[in-house]
Amino acid sequence: MTVLLELKGVNKSFGALRVAQDVTFDLPEGQALGVIGPNGAGKSTLFNLIGGALPPSSGQIAFDGHDVTRTPASARCRAGVARSFQIPHPFVGMSVFENLLVASSFGESGHTDPEAAAAHILDITGLRHRANRHAGSLTLLERKRLELSRALATGPKLLLLDEIAGGLTEGECHDLVATIKDVQSTGVSIIWIEHIVHALMAVVDRLIVIDFGRIVADGDPATVMAQPEVQEIYMGISVEDAA
Amino acid sequence: MANRILQALLALTILALALAPLWAGRADLRLLMEVLAYLALAQMWNLLAGYTGLISVGQQAWVGLGGYLFFALTILGGVPVFAAFPLAALLTAVLAVPTGWVAFRLQGAYFAIGTWVIAEVYRLVAAQVGALGGGSGISLPVAVAKSIAETRMGREYVMYYIAFALAVIAVAGVWLILRSRWGLALTAIRDSEVAAESVGVNTMRSKFLIYVITAGLTGLTGAFLFFQKLRITPDAAFSVNDWTAFVIFIVVIGGIGTIEGPIIGTILFFALREVAADWGTWYLMGLGALAIAVMLIDKRGLWGAIHARWGLSILPVSRNLPD
Repeated sequence: MTVLLELKGVNKSFGALRVAQDVTFDLPEGQALGVIGPNGAGKSTLFNLIGGALPPSSGQIAFDGHDVTRTPASARCRAGVARSFQIPHPFVGMSVFENLLVASSFGESGHTDPEAAAAHILDITGLRHRANRHAGSLTLLERKRLELSRALATGPKLLLLDEIAGGLTEGECHDLVATIKDVQSTGVSIIWIEHIVHALMAVVDRLIVIDFGRIVADGDPATVMAQPEVQEIYMGISVEDAA
Repeated sequence: MANRILQALLALTILALALAPLWAGRADLRLLMEVLAYLALAQMWNLLAGYTGLISVGQQAWVGLGGYLFFALTILGGVPVFAAFPLAALLTAVLAVPTGWVAFRLQGAYFAIGTWVIAEVYRLVAAQVGALGGGSGISLPVAVAKSIAETRMGREYVMYYIAFALAVIAVAGVWLILRSRWGLALTAIRDSEVAAESVGVNTMRSKFLIYVITAGLTGLTGAFLFFQKLRITPDAAFSVNDWTAFVIFIVVIGGIGTIEGPIIGTILFFALREVAADWGTWYLMGLGALAIAVMLIDKRGLWGAIHARWGLSILPVSRNLPD
């Protein structure tokens, strides 16, 4: 089992506010890891740290055998880390196809045929029929799919998904889960932050719970979800009270 | 279809401009030179601000430096005019490297003000150079002007074609950059810098390169502008009004972040000036009011709104996926 991503004692503070506290975990290659936790727990901060948008205050991050703690986001992407944003950030002035073309041209080592790579991803994610539409004119579901498609077009080894199922209908969510499963089956490792727990549980083979910037539980999804303290933190109620 | 008509119109305009010495009088040629120089300045500011989001209020630094370097090279260095132009542009770009190193520590509004302050510093430095006339400036010796053509009209023609070349280089250069792989990255940065960075675009390097390139071409334009005027002073060379405020106006009303916007804006700016320049201060107030109105009604500017409404594109830079 090769370790793809390794976080060791990662801390991040904004003044007195500590948004990541001693975060330590390994991600084996090919694993799909779910991350849950209340709003403001530091989940998106975790992605900013892994993706390189934020430098940690202390601690180490290694990816694919290299220390990337101080590596900027663009270089991490070229090393194989891709992310989708919680609030979609499409390149609104460009077509869907061009959005992917940026990613396939500049992502991991750059595809030799960026056009073909972009077209191929559009087929996988079901956006081909929207290829030449302006990204600004897409519906919410399409924007979420664009986030996923653009991240995939970089050719990642690790895919970071930030609440990609939020705001979707049951059917849309189901389709998205199927797509993400397909991606995982090609060997891409995934870390997925999600509030829609049943969507998450359908995909991940490990679950981390974060609260106040700390990892409070880590393990098999069903076991983690069954822990009373997780229920308490996550549901915001004490299990005894609920019973 | 509409695009084809517009492209034909553009081609005809270029042809007419290429033949301008045949149909335009001396005063008209002078006006056209100014129009073409402003088009080059506007394309450069648009590439910088519209694509990389670096709102510079200090473009006068490059116009002034280009002008002063040109005068220094020709007067003090005895460099021939046609070698002095590219050399002045190159030296301006070289000076943009340390300048950018300072300016890039600043972000957003701080960057804007910082570039203005830096331009002021250059103006003060220029005023200290006694060999170039200090604060009162210097005129270009007649011999230098005569070196490009013996007759007065001959000089006008040469100068006109320099201006024509400047505008063509600026528009075609921006178009070629935007159609390249790098242009894809610049357009992505325009739309979302954080997303561009996340898909592997080295946004810092792209922005810095654009900063230096636009400084060089703005410097070249500056060299031309003061060669044409035959006289340079620190106040004229480093004028924030002439070389930045008007340029921002042109780009904003024309359509920022599009290649056509600065063209439309330049035409509009000079049309307004020809009509209203006699109104004095009211003319400037009118310009300001118009710019504010455009920003309130549709901040994409004239061409931005037209492009969004009808999908028109005279110089297309988009890449389609064939069916």
